[in-house]
Amino acid sequence: MKRFTHALIEKNLILLGVLTLLTVAIGGLVQIVPLFLVETTIERVQGIRPYTPLELMGRNIYVREGCYLCHSQMVRPFRDEAERYGHYSLAAESMYDHPFQWGSKRTGPDLARVGGRYSDDWHAAHLRSPRDLVPASVMPPYAFLDRPLDAEAIRAHLRAQRGVGVPYSDEMVAEAANDLATQATPEADASGFSRRYPNARQAAFDADPKVVTEMDALVAYLQMLGTLVRFSDVTPDQLRQP
Amino acid sequence: MAAIAAPIPTEPDVEAPVRAFAIATVFWGIAGFLAGVVIAAQLAFPLLNLDLEWTTFGRLRPLHTSAVIFAFGGNALIGTSLFIVQRTCRARLFGGEEMGWFLFWGYQFFIVTAAVGYLFGVTQGKEYAEPEWYVDLWLTLVWVVYLVTFGGTILKRKEPHIYVANWFLLAFIITVAMLHIVNNLALPVGDGVGKSYGLASGVQDAMIQWWYGHNAVGFFLTAGFLGMMYYFIPKQAGRPVYSYRLSIVHFWSLIFLYIWAGPHHLHYTALPDWAQTLGMVFSIMLWMPSWGGMINGLMTLSGAWDKLRTDPGLRFSVTAVGFYAMATFEGPVMSIRAVNSLSHYTDWTIGHVHSGALGWNGFIIFGALYWLIPVLWKKRLYSERLVSWHFWVATLGIVLYITAMWVSGIMQGLMWRAYDEHGFLQYAFVETVAAMHPYYVIRMLGGLLYLSGALIMAWNIYRTVTAKEEAAPAALPAALPMAAE
Repeated sequence: MKRFTHALIEKNLILLGVLTLLTVAIGGLVQIVPLFLVETTIERVQGIRPYTPLELMGRNIYVREGCYLCHSQMVRPFRDEAERYGHYSLAAESMYDHPFQWGSKRTGPDLARVGGRYSDDWHAAHLRSPRDLVPASVMPPYAFLDRPLDAEAIRAHLRAQRGVGVPYSDEMVAEAANDLATQATPEADASGFSRRYPNARQAAFDADPKVVTEMDALVAYLQMLGTLVRFSDVTPDQLRQP
Repeated sequence: MAAIAAPIPTEPDVEAPVRAFAIATVFWGIAGFLAGVVIAAQLAFPLLNLDLEWTTFGRLRPLHTSAVIFAFGGNALIGTSLFIVQRTCRARLFGGEEMGWFLFWGYQFFIVTAAVGYLFGVTQGKEYAEPEWYVDLWLTLVWVVYLVTFGGTILKRKEPHIYVANWFLLAFIITVAMLHIVNNLALPVGDGVGKSYGLASGVQDAMIQWWYGHNAVGFFLTAGFLGMMYYFIPKQAGRPVYSYRLSIVHFWSLIFLYIWAGPHHLHYTALPDWAQTLGMVFSIMLWMPSWGGMINGLMTLSGAWDKLRTDPGLRFSVTAVGFYAMATFEGPVMSIRAVNSLSHYTDWTIGHVHSGALGWNGFIIFGALYWLIPVLWKKRLYSERLVSWHFWVATLGIVLYITAMWVSGIMQGLMWRAYDEHGFLQYAFVETVAAMHPYYVIRMLGGLLYLSGALIMAWNIYRTVTAKEEAAPAALPAALPMAAE
């Protein structure tokens, strides 16, 4: 038998290409595929639900403005982070996040559990002019969010979300436009909305209930972050990952 | 007639699109560095967000990263690879000049559509993979054409062996295709909305994104640039690659190990521990091939070290390898979980990336351009003195940048976890933001110096290519094909 030499590979483009592809494919296969197959990757906690239509639109604004470039949404299991932000983040808490927004930089603080920490008014005022409330902040001002939210295609958004695996029911898709308006209008009848989205908050997020604005949507999203799981009810066994 | 009697000349290499790629590299480099200086200034002086939605940090930051990685780096990679593959295979570009021009304009179209989208808030919200699905589809098409052009040229080669630079370039093209397609699988919303939602979510999306993100570093910014190193350093030094055997080990170990390193971006997150541990272990192992390749590049200068004094272009290339060594040492250190618990989320990461991007990628491109421009235009370089100026101004800029980020990053990490004598957290978050200010100013100045260096280069190149006189072939750096061994 002829002795193997590397010359064999470097004289044959197809062989070089195929071996290269095999070599670079292995790592990704080993690391990615099990995350879809091993069930305990996602902790077994109660309370996680899809975003309400208004929260989803708010989340899209969060993505559009690149908030993730300065704010993480991933509390690590350290004492100082627990004291600063709250319980460490679970995989379950972002299981309906397309895309995930864990972030990689904290120019500003982590936002994984910012929901309920400040008032709606504080958020709206802070977004409009951050340095009025936090003088040392370097955050850009977002006063332009006080414009009507374009939610014409809200049903298409929910359908696409369902297409990638978020469990929106037919009813949720059909009622999407109503649910969006209801959540931003405190006096609207919320019985159907609350049944579809348990623990979702109804409010005039930017203090003006007449027009649903981008500010409403973004504040609605920020105010629900990290609030879905009640950690007093969670057992260690539910949190166990592989 | 003499012309008929003369032997039929072999068709010359396709060079016009390569020249266009070289010019685009300079142009996008300056645009990307400028965007970097602007966003660095915004972090020091937030008024510079200008109260406009199109100029906030959040929208400009992807513009900066895409401009430097995909526009500056990408044009340099595609341009030099088309040059290298023709020279080392002694074959004309597959598909000829038209193919080269399609690649050039197709790639510029990708850059411009992505960049304009960012300003209007069109993004997938995944770092370094921001362009939406229609831009992704276009890039996929351009990339397939690139693979066909590059591979087709190798198939036509007259050299029996495929030269080592081409292994790395081929791995770069194949792997980037794989990463790009998998990470961008998405379902468009439709109904007149340009937006899409990615197929994966949460923890799986995070893993796929950083498998992609880290290997954008590993294959776009490393394997492809190692291809440049393996061609231009031997050319500049006038010596063959130090070790053929080391090249083989370098190649296979680097491409095998790199792909596993992604999870070190997700230490202490909700990603399961087994994946984090794999990411850390492979990141540390990666130190070996990285330094093996670095040694192969540097030792190529054995017997030609004196050229560092006389060839400022070579000085760029060699310093680039030095920065590569530094960044690929720092990287594995930062991938250790205990270190990462301090460094993650801070400017230390930003500094690390820039020692690689400014020092390694930037400098190897500058070195290649100073060698390539005279060859492509058959002109003498306008001024070697200006190359030296560029070198020292840029080096000073990098030093300011990375030291400022080390200090601010480590300081911020320590402030976050500091407790006072009563057992309370010592600092409010905003105090750590305020403490960053002086370092953000220094970083901005470092970036400004680096940009100034690039402007000096642009002037030098402009004067070179617009010079009246063609240089005699003997005055140009040799551009002969190289044997594979």
